[in-house]
Amino acid sequence: MGPVTSVAPFAGQDGALAAALAPLAFPAPNSISSDGAARLVWTARGQAFLIGAAPGDWGQFAALTDQSDGWACLTLSGSGAAEVLSRLVPLDLRAMAVGSGARSSLGHMAMILIRGADGFEIMVFRSMARTAWHELEAAMKMRAARQVC
Amino acid sequence: MRIEGKGLIDRAVPVRFRFDGVDYQGFKGDTLASALLANGVKLVGRSFKYHRPRGVLTAGSEEPNALVEIIEDRQQTPNVRATVQEIFDGLEAKSQNRWPSLGFDVLAVNDLAAPFLSAGFYYKTFMWPRALWERLYEPVIRRAAGLGSLSGRHDEADYEKAYAFCDLLVIGAGPAGLAAALQAARAGADVILADEHPVMGGRLLADTGAMDGKPAADWAAAALAELGAMPNVRLMPRTTVTGVYDGGTYGALERVGLHLPARPDLPRECFWRIVAGQAVLAAGAQERMIAFADNDRPGIMTASAIRTYLNRYGVAPGKRITIFANNDSARQTARDLMAAGVEVAAIIDVRADAPVAEDCPVYAGAVVVGTKGRKALRSITVLHRGAEIEVETDCLGVSGGWNPLVHLTCHMNGRPVWDAGIAAFLPKPGMVPGMRVAGAAAGEFSTAGCLASGSAMAREAMKALGRKAAPITLPTAEDGSYELLPLWEVKGKRRAWLDFANDVTIKDVRLSAQENFASVEHMKRYTTQGMAPDQGKNSNMGALAVLADATGRGIPETGTTTFRPPFSPVSIAAMGAGGRAEGFAPQRFLTSHTASVERGAPMIEAGMWYRPSYFPRPGESTWREACDREVAMVRSAVGVADVSTLGKIDIQGKDAARFLDLVYTNTFSTLPVGRVRYGLMLRADGHVLDDGTTARLGDTHFLMTTTTAAAGLVMRHLEFVAQAYCADWDVRIISVTENWAQFAVAGPKAKPLLDTITTVDLPFMGCAPVQVGQVAARLFRISFSGEQGYEIAVPARYGEALFRDLLARAETLGGGAYGMEALNVLRIEKGFITHAEIHGRTTAFDIGMEKMVSAKKDCIGKGAAARPGLVGPQRDQLVGLRPVTDAALSAGAHLFNPGEEVCRANDQGYVTSVCYSPTLGGSLGLAFLRNGRARHGEMVRLVDHLRKIDLLCEVCDPVFHDKEGVKLRG
Repeated sequence: MGPVTSVAPFAGQDGALAAALAPLAFPAPNSISSDGAARLVWTARGQAFLIGAAPGDWGQFAALTDQSDGWACLTLSGSGAAEVLSRLVPLDLRAMAVGSGARSSLGHMAMILIRGADGFEIMVFRSMARTAWHELEAAMKMRAARQVC
Repeated sequence: MRIEGKGLIDRAVPVRFRFDGVDYQGFKGDTLASALLANGVKLVGRSFKYHRPRGVLTAGSEEPNALVEIIEDRQQTPNVRATVQEIFDGLEAKSQNRWPSLGFDVLAVNDLAAPFLSAGFYYKTFMWPRALWERLYEPVIRRAAGLGSLSGRHDEADYEKAYAFCDLLVIGAGPAGLAAALQAARAGADVILADEHPVMGGRLLADTGAMDGKPAADWAAAALAELGAMPNVRLMPRTTVTGVYDGGTYGALERVGLHLPARPDLPRECFWRIVAGQAVLAAGAQERMIAFADNDRPGIMTASAIRTYLNRYGVAPGKRITIFANNDSARQTARDLMAAGVEVAAIIDVRADAPVAEDCPVYAGAVVVGTKGRKALRSITVLHRGAEIEVETDCLGVSGGWNPLVHLTCHMNGRPVWDAGIAAFLPKPGMVPGMRVAGAAAGEFSTAGCLASGSAMAREAMKALGRKAAPITLPTAEDGSYELLPLWEVKGKRRAWLDFANDVTIKDVRLSAQENFASVEHMKRYTTQGMAPDQGKNSNMGALAVLADATGRGIPETGTTTFRPPFSPVSIAAMGAGGRAEGFAPQRFLTSHTASVERGAPMIEAGMWYRPSYFPRPGESTWREACDREVAMVRSAVGVADVSTLGKIDIQGKDAARFLDLVYTNTFSTLPVGRVRYGLMLRADGHVLDDGTTARLGDTHFLMTTTTAAAGLVMRHLEFVAQAYCADWDVRIISVTENWAQFAVAGPKAKPLLDTITTVDLPFMGCAPVQVGQVAARLFRISFSGEQGYEIAVPARYGEALFRDLLARAETLGGGAYGMEALNVLRIEKGFITHAEIHGRTTAFDIGMEKMVSAKKDCIGKGAAARPGLVGPQRDQLVGLRPVTDAALSAGAHLFNPGEEVCRANDQGYVTSVCYSPTLGGSLGLAFLRNGRARHGEMVRLVDHLRKIDLLCEVCDPVFHDKEGVKLRG
């Protein structure tokens, strides 16, 4: 996943930050701006996570905070991915466009969800990684058992 | 009795099952009820209160009588409706509410005592002596009355919860639901069709009518095949929509594995939350009973249930069947039975002008006035033209008309309207936003009418969704009218049942009215009518008609009780799927978790975190030994503890300092860069929210630390303040709790330890960025132990390595790891507070920190904290306590003045934290005592009724250890 940095534009600095970010753009809610390996993922009101690249010299335009060690990322891929996640995520995952993102919950855990071309990236708090793994595994096992019916 | 050539069961697949220890055979597609009836088993349960023998009454989820226990290896599921439970090889079911056996039930004696067990019996009889209630009456009543029993074990089986989204949710897959689904699906809408039965089709499978000249079941199968092949349609059989909630959200329970032998990972049930743009309710209607003398004998059932058993399961529930009805629909049952070669002994029609067309005796203008047969119906008595006629019969089908299933339309507080034409309540439009009602649920009882209304309602839904939908071609189908003469009760001397499941009779309802429990809601609670697992589906209409009669009001004036979710029972296990034991909440693990477990530390839950309680050493047999050693180790050498659970919030921006001045009682704008300050935070109501330290990392950059318990709360509070009060301020906040692993290094040898990894020399309450090896770390000189203390933070990926490294270094200095127990003792000795003290009802004044509320500036909660009553000698104030003897104090105990009576009015305060202090050699406590700061040196009496502790203590300063703070300043 690479480094993760939260980017929160300071008051009145949106324009200056946009110029500094180019070709990345500060993303609208539930969307992602990409430039090669670097992705800017909307995460909250006035806040996005820069994933996959170190931030530039943007400190005068936005609050930059290192989050690289705070999040665990899991990838769920395959044709049944949306069905498995529908056990844990209260969103219409079938309607989620490739390349979009969302802040939601995975069970009782806060989550950043990214819809990739062949699955989902699921980001949860580092300390909760084991629970996330367990809950996904349980949902996958139950789905597999249902398909034998 | 099985009828050759009838039914939709798979006769090629026999299924073996057990009921009450006897082996039976049924076929694939049978329910437990249909298979038992096929085997001639009529007695399936005992009633709730009088333990009357009972048989199957219905063929659906509304069943009030045939409630059984399903027995599995590690499960025992009570109150399962035999009419819903599908049989599978190895199914084991047991009747319930009987002892020693279903045939001979000792408590059937209750039936003889019926005159004493009328409505309100408990309230009248068991009023006194009060002491006997808990010890005698309640246990006896609970044992005698009641339904099935549980296994007593945890339910460790798998359950699922899931979300689904669609354009149109169609509830019920009878003719109306199928037409609605076809209409919407062909228009391209994303459709979910949910039905509680394993095979969809509703009454098309149970009735013999033709559609387009072919059997209705064939049309249903073709429609389902078409729907099943469409990518925009999801069919959800065995799924009952149980509740309607805001925003087009529907709750639904799917039976996933309950019809199969248990196997690993297969969920028993799934609780769905379905969010639908629009919905069509096509739940159908339910046939209702007529109350007449002894109408609860095994063999008496609804007329439509008989038709269902015959046509769908190929079972005749009797050899010589009678029909008692007030409408035309029940005639079809008689005709179907005769066509299948089953003898129909008589049709008793309430209506004097009823048609007489069937090839069996038809008594028009007649009623059933009595029945005989204890464990199975033997005969009925018919009153016809003033004469009583005895009819030998082993099965009686009753129809008192049909109730549209309006339940879901009422879940958002809508009230249905009375329709005198069909003598039933009907939904009115708009009761649930986005939901339309079609078919029999809307009072449309003919098949053709159901199809047309299903299609029409789906088209309306499509319009609401902005989709075009041309009307689909519907098959020709039965289009008869529905005529009835309302009849709720046949008056007589013997008991006539309304609510079979809770044993409520007409007499009980009349008694309720007589005793002035005359409102329908009061009657329900007084008689318990409608409070059983069927929630009154079989009895509400009849009961309120009787109540209306008894009170001289009409039915619409009497009104219905409130319909609430769930429509049919939902197991708690399904709603709480995944939430049992450790699944209750996410588990949060420290980076040092493995290292702590390796050292034998028992991990205890602190919120969602798992933290080491203590680190036992060889030879230590109790936690106290380890804890005492760890405390002494910190006081004399050096200890290392993981404090990563403390909330850490990164605050940046030009207004960051101003923001902190607003949320903290004390001033942070004056804090120099590279320094840390303790801060106190109040709620808007003036009580203490949290405390912690905040470091100034740069001119416009702060790092706030919160307590573990309030980390989320404080983050939420800051977000609220920033968004609601300071929207135009330049301040940005984000949690970094997870990003950093942080370790406390405390004790007189803390500095020597740190000197081995960094050269930075910090003053007390200083902070600085440091390099630990190649890692950029943060060092803070703060203490929660009263010793010279540091906290060192590294990115979480290095947490485990640093923890192990610090322990190794500490051990060379005579130190080591310390856990939560020692941490707690250290802070109590030092008089530091935690959320045991700042529990939400204490103010800055109470904890002795009123001077920390700056007079030079405002802060959140300052004005509220100055209100009368929140300061002054009447407040309970933080003090220290030491026992006079060497006894142990107890947290939660209350304080009294010696010599005063121990009672609530004399309460002087309470104890919040206690420990055994190895440093001071005795028990210490922190407490809140009325006007406590002025009472140091006084004696108080500590009383703990729970632990039976009663002792004298001396009130003292809450700081027991190093009052001057010499040690922590080094």
